[in-house]
Amino acid sequence: MTDWPSLPFLALLLPLLGGTVILLARPLGLRLQRVLGLLLILGLLFVSVDLLEVAFEQGHRVYALGNWDAPYGIVLVLDPLSAMMVSLTSVLALAALWYAMASSIDRQGAHFHVLFQIQLFGLNGAFLTGDVFNLFVFFEVLLLASYGLLLHGGGRLRTRGGLHYVVINLIGSTLFLFAVGALYGILGTLNIADMAQAVAELPASDLAPVAAAGLLLLVVFAIKAAFFPLYLWLPGAYANTSAPVAALFAIMTKVGVYAIIQVHGTVFGPEAGELAFFHQPFVLTAGLIGLGMAAFGVLAARGLKNQVAYLVLASVATLLVGVGLNTPQALGATLYYLIHSTLIAAALFLLADILAKGRGPFADRFESAPPMPNAVWLGGFFLFGAVAMTGMPPLSGFMGKVFILDAALAHDWAAWVLGMVLVSSLLMIVAMARSGSLLFYNTQETVPTLGQPLNAKALVSVTGLFVISLGMVVFAGPILGMTQAIADSVYDVGPYLDQVLNAPTQDAQWLKGGH
Amino acid sequence: MEILIAFVIGAMTASGVFLTLRGRTFPVVLGLTLLAYAVNVFLFAMGRLTVGLPAVIDPTQGGYADPLPQALVLTAIVIAFGMTAFLIVLALKARSEMGNDHVDGLHLSEDEASLKDTLPPKSRKATRKARQAHKQEARP
Repeated sequence: MTDWPSLPFLALLLPLLGGTVILLARPLGLRLQRVLGLLLILGLLFVSVDLLEVAFEQGHRVYALGNWDAPYGIVLVLDPLSAMMVSLTSVLALAALWYAMASSIDRQGAHFHVLFQIQLFGLNGAFLTGDVFNLFVFFEVLLLASYGLLLHGGGRLRTRGGLHYVVINLIGSTLFLFAVGALYGILGTLNIADMAQAVAELPASDLAPVAAAGLLLLVVFAIKAAFFPLYLWLPGAYANTSAPVAALFAIMTKVGVYAIIQVHGTVFGPEAGELAFFHQPFVLTAGLIGLGMAAFGVLAARGLKNQVAYLVLASVATLLVGVGLNTPQALGATLYYLIHSTLIAAALFLLADILAKGRGPFADRFESAPPMPNAVWLGGFFLFGAVAMTGMPPLSGFMGKVFILDAALAHDWAAWVLGMVLVSSLLMIVAMARSGSLLFYNTQETVPTLGQPLNAKALVSVTGLFVISLGMVVFAGPILGMTQAIADSVYDVGPYLDQVLNAPTQDAQWLKGGH
Repeated sequence: MEILIAFVIGAMTASGVFLTLRGRTFPVVLGLTLLAYAVNVFLFAMGRLTVGLPAVIDPTQGGYADPLPQALVLTAIVIAFGMTAFLIVLALKARSEMGNDHVDGLHLSEDEASLKDTLPPKSRKATRKARQAHKQEARP
């Protein structure tokens, strides 16, 4: 299986065709749709593990769509970073889908499973593409699926959050086209590798417009990733949607971060001459300010889901700080933190939904409510999640933050980075301790419980994600070694350009030789 | 021609930005549409403006028009079209669920204002009746 040349393409084909099959299977009942959805995700998991193996053994791997060589054809590029993101997406999707089935959220409206698969198609496409305009198209695919998922189930607040989300993302799409158009007008290409070469040979008179277009592209990714001034849509959208969708959307902000690492890291990478890494100070500043704002949001939240949404913002801001530090060591630590924060944020969204169901009409609001069923167990889960998310020892959040801070020591802004990360962590610990005591201790003991009994099947998803977090602590050394290797490959742009542009694609050889 | 095209793009973008910043959903939809038009023309212009040249390389002609932006514009038009349709449906859903067409939903004062604007004015007779009922209530 590992020497199958169209392996990167399989990660796109599986959810796209699978989603279509699920759509056609709708008259045969939800049970069949569920089985198909689960099988597809398991298949995707299998493919993504294979992708990871191939990417680490053979480095970059190029698949030319329609067998047209780059830069004229559109290519899919498999590198260690994209393989890692695809694997992370499939793990997250498995947990979210299992929760949706166990708590019957997929029953609340039509086409949940179809949209879910199309969402995965868009995500994997955005991770694997090697062409900026193709990235735009995959962004639109994943956004359109996400609009449907976000509004799944309906409700007044959900519609309001959804409307804001849709409008801001449509503005983002328009800006994306402006940026792509401007870059094409000057560089004359849209293939990421080819653009990197064009930027390296740019005459001095064209530097300013390319820099402006690059920053416009940064704004687009900033909207997706919810950077400091552009994050206001996120809490309303994430806090009001259904739990499995919010859990899956934990990866959506990371798509923006990934795009900055991949597109800006390659086009404005170490070989870009005057423009090398010119965007990084902006990223670092936005990350630092955003971290502070997110910490205040966590303190001010009046419900647990809203609080978790602000925690997602804080984790994105921490990632941006790590990216902005601009060293391979910092990027390795950031990618470790990216895996951790995505999985734990998803687990917390799911847990918040379980808690809200246990509290009946009081839902997730920080008010005195009758005690929930199995409060001791759920309290233990909440403690685990809070400790992991805020970055207290001994869980994976602590490891991630220590690695990032360690990498920050050499930077000029070390004092600012250390101060901001540590103070915001303290604020978040205080806020989470307060919400834990409000949810579990401040109860109306005399009133019988109003909530639903614990849904043990749904809790399996949360448990699974927490176990991965524990695994990330036990195997912190090997995992950090892996993310470090990925970071080194991102900073070593040469092989990427070489594979995409110079080597005739392996598939072409395979097709000509074998058939 | 360059200056004219630049002014067209600028005017459409400016109106689009102004309309997207409005408080009600319909101007926002219109604004997004205008922005999409502006970006389509912009993409076209990025292939350099040419007159009467084919998009396919033809040795008998003096040059060729860049075909790639034309393909990009085609894709962008289709996507913007689909997104606008979706947004209009969503705006209608929001209008019915949130009670008014403000992008933030029910602001009480805003909402009352919008009700006054949208309901037909009460007839004079109905107003007189209501006033009399009020007077009778006021008497002991």
